[in-house]
Amino acid sequence: MSLYFAQIRREALLASRSRSDAATPLAFFALAVVLLGLGTGADAPPPAALGMIWVLALFANVLAVDGAFVHDHDDGTLEQLLIHARPRFAAVLGKLTAHWALSGLPVAVCSPLAAYLLTGATTGAGTLAASLLLGTPALTLIGAIGAALTTGIGRGGLLLAILVMPLYVPVLIFGASASVAAATGGDASFALRWLAVLLAAAITAAPFAIGKALDIGQDY
Amino acid sequence: MNAPLLVAEHLTFTAADGDLGRRDLFRDFDLAVGRQDLVEVRGPNGSGKSTLLRCLAGLVKPAAGRVERHAGIEYLGHRSGLSGRLTPLENARWVARLRGHRPAASVLDAAMARVGLGGARDDPCATLSAGQQRRAALARLLVCAADVWLLDEPLTALDDVGAALVRELIAQHRAAGGAAVCATHRELRPPATTALGSLPAIQVVSLGG
Repeated sequence: MSLYFAQIRREALLASRSRSDAATPLAFFALAVVLLGLGTGADAPPPAALGMIWVLALFANVLAVDGAFVHDHDDGTLEQLLIHARPRFAAVLGKLTAHWALSGLPVAVCSPLAAYLLTGATTGAGTLAASLLLGTPALTLIGAIGAALTTGIGRGGLLLAILVMPLYVPVLIFGASASVAAATGGDASFALRWLAVLLAAAITAAPFAIGKALDIGQDY
Repeated sequence: MNAPLLVAEHLTFTAADGDLGRRDLFRDFDLAVGRQDLVEVRGPNGSGKSTLLRCLAGLVKPAAGRVERHAGIEYLGHRSGLSGRLTPLENARWVARLRGHRPAASVLDAAMARVGLGGARDDPCATLSAGQQRRAALARLLVCAADVWLLDEPLTALDDVGAALVRELIAQHRAAGGAAVCATHRELRPPATTALGSLPAIQVVSLGG
């Protein structure tokens, strides 16, 4: 447990030393929402707008998670983590918790505002935020598996997106359908529960897969 | 001989060799490292010194053979293991936490002073010179107190004073019952002035050629 918090403390320190890096995911999301608003004109139909916000949040996530291990790989701190962190699960989960707190969390918190900007109403905004709060940590964990694989071989970007996109799909489907259901007056609880299940599964399994993937990366 | 801290048996490592196929960097390599031992791994560039150390550290898996680690290890590779945005002090504290240690401030202070980083210990590592970064990485060895040091070219980027410091740190570490395996092109024998009692002779292992 102390390992988990030691990692969070380190990531927070790192983020405080490079605030512009830390703000990139939210800035991307805000910019994309504004451009989307300009493209569709104000008062987009809520179901479509909330679905698009979900897609933008997913893109912001892919963008952020791509670099999750790059610095650590380049400066050798990743080697230290792989050699010393026991259990590795806690260290990986701590690192990604901090990563999510700087990428998925601010996007989820700002999403009601984005919904209001695009639709001119707050219908379904609460459910949108809730679905993003459950969905984005799952996206971060899933994306980090791909990032761990691609970091070691020195590739990222498109390869990462192609690798993990199929795994993102269930999260996107349940997240968007919860938001759309709320916007159209339907019942969102079924989709939200499934999001929670996906998140629980990701928290349980992804750190192991990430640890293995980072090991593989050391062979190159 | 005392109980070994680190044993490697029949290690074989096969590397991709351009488009030509694969070649063995080392084959059936055996090594036993006991207390107070210093192993110098020598060989030309590309002969597999770094790979051997990474195998011993458990970072890469050999094609065949096995490595047994009976003691804590500390690995100092080509990459310093320092976060450029954190200070030497913060870096050392983080690695100690990774290992479940909570070093006292006095231990950290002593380590920083010992490696000659007194003034630069609170500057981000990215602003330090290559030699100072190396010193910051060495501080980690002193904070964590692992038995076996695996050092890859520990003298790189260090001035003469720094190189003498490394030799002295290794000698003191051995005198205290530790061991070290170092890939190096330069002599790691401690300066004659260091009086630390008698230490076992340095083992020299040659790779390649």
